[in-house]
Amino acid sequence: MTTIQKTDTLAVTQVLGAPKESAWRNFISQFFRNKAAVVGAIIIAFYIFIATFAPLLAPYDPYEIQLENKLQSPSLEHWMGTDDKGRDILSRILYGSRLSMGVGFAAVAFGAFFGILFGLIAGYYGKWVDSVIMRCMDVLLAFPGILLALAIISALGPGMINVTIAVGAFSVPLFARIVRGSTLEVKQLEYVDAIRSLGAKDSTIIFRHILPNILSPIIVQGTLRIATAILSAAGLSFLGLGAQPPSSEWGTMLSGGRDFLFSAPYIAIFPGMAIAILVLGLNIFGDGLRDALDPRMKN
Amino acid sequence: MVNVQEQKVLLEVQNLKQYFSVKREKLLQPKLSVKAVDDISFTLCEGETLSIVGESGCGKSTTGRAILRLDEPTAGKVVYNGKNILDLSKKDLRTLRGELQVIFQDPFASLNPRQTIQQILSEAMSIQNSVQKELRKDRMRELMHLVGLPEEALSRHPHEFSGGQRQRIGIARALAVNPKLIICDEAVSALDVSIQAQILNLLKRLQRQLNLTFLFISHDLSVVRHISDRVMVMYLGKVVEIAPKHALFNQPTHPYTRALLSSIPVPNPKVQKERILLSGDVPSPINPPSGCRFHTRCPFATELCSSKEPETVEVQNGHHVACHYANDFFSA
Repeated sequence: MTTIQKTDTLAVTQVLGAPKESAWRNFISQFFRNKAAVVGAIIIAFYIFIATFAPLLAPYDPYEIQLENKLQSPSLEHWMGTDDKGRDILSRILYGSRLSMGVGFAAVAFGAFFGILFGLIAGYYGKWVDSVIMRCMDVLLAFPGILLALAIISALGPGMINVTIAVGAFSVPLFARIVRGSTLEVKQLEYVDAIRSLGAKDSTIIFRHILPNILSPIIVQGTLRIATAILSAAGLSFLGLGAQPPSSEWGTMLSGGRDFLFSAPYIAIFPGMAIAILVLGLNIFGDGLRDALDPRMKN
Repeated sequence: MVNVQEQKVLLEVQNLKQYFSVKREKLLQPKLSVKAVDDISFTLCEGETLSIVGESGCGKSTTGRAILRLDEPTAGKVVYNGKNILDLSKKDLRTLRGELQVIFQDPFASLNPRQTIQQILSEAMSIQNSVQKELRKDRMRELMHLVGLPEEALSRHPHEFSGGQRQRIGIARALAVNPKLIICDEAVSALDVSIQAQILNLLKRLQRQLNLTFLFISHDLSVVRHISDRVMVMYLGKVVEIAPKHALFNQPTHPYTRALLSSIPVPNPKVQKERILLSGDVPSPINPPSGCRFHTRCPFATELCSSKEPETVEVQNGHHVACHYANDFFSA
């Protein structure tokens, strides 16, 4: 009558095979195949090392003014020379890495936190909640990033913390968009319906079942945003809106060196290089992460 | 055969409607909606298996989701054990959800890839608090035996299993909260035929052991024939025929049911079977035909069919047909 055989072949007939290769292993091997990304990772590791051990590595006090040594070219005593107040540029760059990278990471953490929250809520609840949140994000996105940051700083006043908030604020809509998109995609998968039909609360569904499954694009975006955030923060400091002299933030150092571009170019060149190499490292590392974690985003 | 009158009614669906609004293309365009499920009623008795069949887009899955309030229905009542599910507050609904469970179609999408099987099951138990904390480990092992998986499976992730094994895990998750009613939404459609048979037999055995009630949604008529007590046929958001399995397969009455049943392949090349071929496509559920929704494709349609919607007629005990000429077709 029916095409179905009535064999109840249950129990241990289907023996499990050996554990399959984990997703993590797969990611690692993918990532290490990309040479540029590995270089990026090494650069970042190097900078983190410098920031961590700056006091041990720096040959001089970065704030000590020695006017008798001012504007010295790079030499064996001062590998990167000294600035117009006789401070050792190498020591200042080493210490400055803490500030510049700190601002970058903090700003992205701030932007990611709110962006992820808004994105999850908009994507999960949809309807008018989605419209309201995403239109607000569109308004933020409509401003050029640096202009928005300038507006926020002019409202809050200059300073490192305000720069962090300003730079973080224009990362919020970017995270919100990516998270919303991924949430919409994951939300319609059957396991979300399954957990809902078990009676889970919305917060459990959002944070335990949706968030862990959309981490890849967030991590990728986060890495790439740190580079932009460092660059923006340095730019704002260069304009005198962020870290104030005598701070050794790289943007501030660049700004201090611009009067001596012809007579003592090394004052500006070395902090500039520090920024450029770090941003390059972060970008190629981020690209490598994206290719390994989230191949669909590859253009 | 199951006699409807004698059994306790577990679930009663009354005039359920589920409309989805369509995005307007122009600003002043009238608001349109897809009438995915349009005014359907049926009952489900304790311990029985009712199947919903129909071609894709007829509203089978939507009905299942509406009953569970995975999508909020537009109108109607879903009375479960005397309570209207659609009136429950969010909190009461969460509590009740333990009694109504669902098994999904796609075994690759229905398990969270980041959780181990143990986490999946213990989370289900802790949400509903169906098993005391100290007993959960034992219960999980028991569940693994019940669905025919080795205990070692508990520490694995979903990607380490085959489709059939994952479907068993999905069943174990549903059983973890001791449900009374399980909605199987195309639960075996994504599996190979041999695995289908295994899962169907597993479901049947579990039904006997645990006195479960199934609402079985499927487009596969041979599967339906194997597992159901009663069968409900849907077309374009409406119920066209509902009958005990044997009555439906032996004496299909509605012209659509007849056409549907004639499409079942017969595994015997010598049998010449009569194929009823329907012409045309299923009309759009945004703008369904007037009168009987099937009249545009029905070979027997008359004037009456296009103007007046047919009442549901009981042609035999428990055999309901929504057709103006139901009695003529039944005796014919």
